[in-house]
Amino acid sequence: MTTLKLNGRSVDTDAAPDTPLLWVLRDHLGMVGTKFGCGAALCGACTVHLDGEPVRSCVTPLSAAAGRAVTTIEGVDGKVAAAVLSAWDAIQVPQCGYCQPGQVMSATALLARNPRPSDAEIDAAMQGNLCRCGTYPRIRAAIHAAARRLEGGT
Amino acid sequence: MNAQIDLSRRRFLKVSALAGGGLLLGFRLARGAERPPAQALAQANGDLAPNAWLAVRGDGGIRFVCPRNEMGQDVLTSLAMLLAEELGAAPRQIEVLQAEVDPAYVNGLLGAQITGGSTSVRDAWDKLRQAGATARVMLVAAAAAQWQVPAAECTVADGVIRHGNKQLPFAAVAAAAAKLPVPAEVPLKPRAQFGVIGRPLPRLDGAAKSRGRVLYGIDVAAPDMLYAALLPCPVLGGRLARFDAAAAEKRPGVRKVVAIDDGVAVLADHWWQARQALAGLEVEWDEGPAATLDSAAIQAALEAAAEQPGAVAKQAGNAAAEFAKAKPIEARYTAQMLAHATLEPQNCTARVGGDGVDVWVSTQFPQGARDIAAKAAGVKPEQVRIHAQLIGGGFGRRLEVDFVGQAVAIAREVAGKSVKLIWTREDDVRHDFYRPPSLHLMRGIIADGRVRAFSQKMISPSITARMFPDAVKDGIDAFMVEGAANLVYDIPHLDLRTVIQEVGVRVGYWRSVSNALNAFAIESFVDELAHAAGRDPVAFRLAMLDRQPRQRAVLERAAKEAGWKTKPARGRAFGCASMECYDTHVALVAQVAGGAGRVKLERLTFAVDPGIAVHPDQVIAQMQGGAVTGLIGALRGKITIKGGRVEQSNFHDFAIPRIAEVPPIDVHVIEGGDKPGGIGEVGVPLVAPAIANAVFALTGTRIRALPLADGGVAFA
Repeated sequence: MTTLKLNGRSVDTDAAPDTPLLWVLRDHLGMVGTKFGCGAALCGACTVHLDGEPVRSCVTPLSAAAGRAVTTIEGVDGKVAAAVLSAWDAIQVPQCGYCQPGQVMSATALLARNPRPSDAEIDAAMQGNLCRCGTYPRIRAAIHAAARRLEGGT
Repeated sequence: MNAQIDLSRRRFLKVSALAGGGLLLGFRLARGAERPPAQALAQANGDLAPNAWLAVRGDGGIRFVCPRNEMGQDVLTSLAMLLAEELGAAPRQIEVLQAEVDPAYVNGLLGAQITGGSTSVRDAWDKLRQAGATARVMLVAAAAAQWQVPAAECTVADGVIRHGNKQLPFAAVAAAAAKLPVPAEVPLKPRAQFGVIGRPLPRLDGAAKSRGRVLYGIDVAAPDMLYAALLPCPVLGGRLARFDAAAAEKRPGVRKVVAIDDGVAVLADHWWQARQALAGLEVEWDEGPAATLDSAAIQAALEAAAEQPGAVAKQAGNAAAEFAKAKPIEARYTAQMLAHATLEPQNCTARVGGDGVDVWVSTQFPQGARDIAAKAAGVKPEQVRIHAQLIGGGFGRRLEVDFVGQAVAIAREVAGKSVKLIWTREDDVRHDFYRPPSLHLMRGIIADGRVRAFSQKMISPSITARMFPDAVKDGIDAFMVEGAANLVYDIPHLDLRTVIQEVGVRVGYWRSVSNALNAFAIESFVDELAHAAGRDPVAFRLAMLDRQPRQRAVLERAAKEAGWKTKPARGRAFGCASMECYDTHVALVAQVAGGAGRVKLERLTFAVDPGIAVHPDQVIAQMQGGAVTGLIGALRGKITIKGGRVEQSNFHDFAIPRIAEVPPIDVHVIEGGDKPGGIGEVGVPLVAPAIANAVFALTGTRIRALPLADGGVAFA
C-alpha cells in the first residue's frame, strides 16, 4: 500500500510501486484529467506537479511520488492557476483539448517561478508539451495574458 | 438510463471526492439507440421534439443532438449556433449531445454518418437552421394561441417568447406546441438579422477542456472493466502464426490472453499490468508479403506507374499539342508518407453481452464503427450501440475503425465484461493508415509572361479504393483529385491527371487529403513558372484570376497584410501560394529569414474567404491549427519503411511541431459568399508550397520533395 498526498488529501493505493503515477491516477484512482499520450516523457499530456514542479507522470514511478505533494489538473488551484485558466478561457485556447490539462499544468508551474516570462522563456518551458491541434500561438498569448493578470493588469 | 450517463456520474462522484467537486462532463449521449431519434429526445409528454436534432423540454431544457463528432474542430458549438440562431435561444442554453448511429444523422455531403471532408457546417447549414426555425414557429404559434394574438406580432429571444408586456419561456408552451402540426416549410432569417451566427461566443466545450473535465474515449470506465494491451504484428499486414502465453499469464493482474487476427492481447485488471505482461509473450508471426517492403520499393512502384496515361481530373484546350510544339519546363515532385499521430492514442471500450454490443469510442465514423463491431461480434448492426465520445484528435485517423474491430474481437472472449483496449504510442505510429506517398510529374509552357500550358500527372495509392470502392469510377478517386480538379487558375491549355498505384502500405485520409499533395506540386511549380517568366509570383497568379474575384481578393489581401515584396531586404524572403478547397478560398504568404544553412520561418499570413464565418474566432483557430498540421509534413515529418516495418515509433522520431518552431500565424477573414464553405482542413495544404517558395526566394534552391528538410535545408 502506498500513500499519496494527492491534491491536498491523503490517498492510499495498492498499485505496484513501479507503476507509473499516470496509470495510478487514471486507472486506480479514476482521475482521468491527466492524459496518456506517449508513455516516454515526449509529449507532456501527463504533466502533474510533484512538490510544485512539473513532471511527466508517465515515467514517474509511484514509489517516487510517495510522501510528496502530487497536484493534478483536478486539484490545481491558487492565484497562478486561476490566472492561467481564466487566460485560457479568454484566449479560447483548446481545440480537441486532450493536451490542455498538461499545458495548463506546465504553464502554471512556469508562472509560479517566473511571473513575467519572455517568448523565449515560454518556448523553453512549454517545449515539452505537444499540441497536435496546433494551439501554440494561443498558448503563448494566454501565458502572457495570465502574467499580466498576475501583475494586476488586465 | 443510458450507460454513459451512469459512467459519467460514477466518475463524477469518484473525482469529486478527490478533487473537491466541479462539473465533470458537459456532453452526454443521445439516449436509446433502439428508439427513433425524435422519441429519444422527447422525455415526457410535455416535450416538443419536431425533428431528430432538437427537443424543447417541458422542464426548461433544450437538447440538441449534434450529428457530427467533436474532435477539436468546434462542431459542437458551431452547429449549436446554427440551431440557436433560428430557434431563438442562446447557445449557452442548449445541452449538446453526440448522436447515436441513425439514418437521420447521415452527412448529406458524404452519404454516411461521417465527420470529415470539412463538410459539417456546409451539410448542417440549411438542415439545422430549419430544425430550429420549425421549433420556433411551433412554440410561437402555441404562445400566440394562448394569448390570442397574431403569431407575427410575437418576438423570440433567449428562449423567451414576448408580445407587448407578456412573456412566456419555451418550457411553458412546449407541451401545447407539441400538439400542433409540424410545419412543412419555415421561413429562415435573412443574413442581416443574424444574432448568433458570426458573433463572438466562447466554445461550449472550452472551459471544461482546459480544466480536464471532459471525457474522451480513453477515459471511459465501466464496472468490473478489464484493460487490454496489444502486441500487434510488427510487419504491416502480417498475421499471428502461433504464440505461447504461459509466462504472460503468470504476471500480476493478468486475467486472460487472447489471440486476434493480427496480434495478441493481454487482459488485466489495470492497463499497465497488461502492457507489462506483453513482454512475457512468445509469438511467431506470419509476416506476409510486406516483409520485404521498404521505402525505396514504394518510390519505385510510383515511378514505374508514371508511364501510364492516367485518368483526367481537369482539362482545357490541348496541352499535349502545346508540349509537342514547344519544349516545356519540367519538374518532378514527391511527398513522403505521414502518420496522423492523434494525441489521444487509439482506444476502444467494448462489451459483448446477451443484449447486444456496446462500444464506447472516439470516432469520426460511428456508422463504420457499428458495422465492424457487428462483424467482429457476429451480430447484426442494429444490435450494436455506438456511444461516441469526444475525440482527442482525429485528422482522419478516426475515420478508420480497425481498433474498434480489435476491441470487440477481444471483448467477445470475455462476454459480458467491458474491455478497454488502449494502444501504445508505438502501436499508433507503426500501425496507422498513412498519408499516401505521391509523385507528381509537372510540365508547363510560358508565353508572353503567362502560363500557356500546364500539366500534372499525380501518381499515388488510392485510399477510397479500399474504404469506399464504389466511389472510384473510371480510374478517378474523387478525393485523390482534390487540389487539382478544383484548380482556380485560368490556363488555356490544361491537363491534370491521376494514376492510382498501390504500394503495399495501407493509406488513409489525412487532414486535407490530396489537396495537400497536389497543392505542394502545383503551387510550387506555378512558382517555378513565375520565376522562369521573370514575374512577381503574386502578380503572376493574379493574372490568372480575372474570373475568380474571391480568389483574387484573398491573394491580394494576404500579400498586403504580409507586407509582400518581390525583393525584400537581404536575408529575408517571401513565398506565396493560393487555392480553393472545400468551397473556401485561401491564400498564404510565408516569410522566412536566414540563408541556406539555416532558414527561420518568421511568419505565416493567411487570407481566407469561407463565404460566411459561422463562428469567426474558431475559423481563425482552425486556420492556425491547420497551419501547424501543414508544418508536420512540410518541415521534417515522414514515415519510412524497412523490412515491412515502420521505422518511426514515437514523438522523438516522428516529430510534430513544438511551440518554439511555430511562428506567429496571422489569419485575415473575408466573408465573400452567401453560405459557409469548409474550414477544418483549409489551413493545411498551402503551408508546404508557400514555405518552399519562400526558401527558393531566399536561397535559390528549389526543393521538390516533402519533407523540405530532406532537400538540404535546415530549419531553425
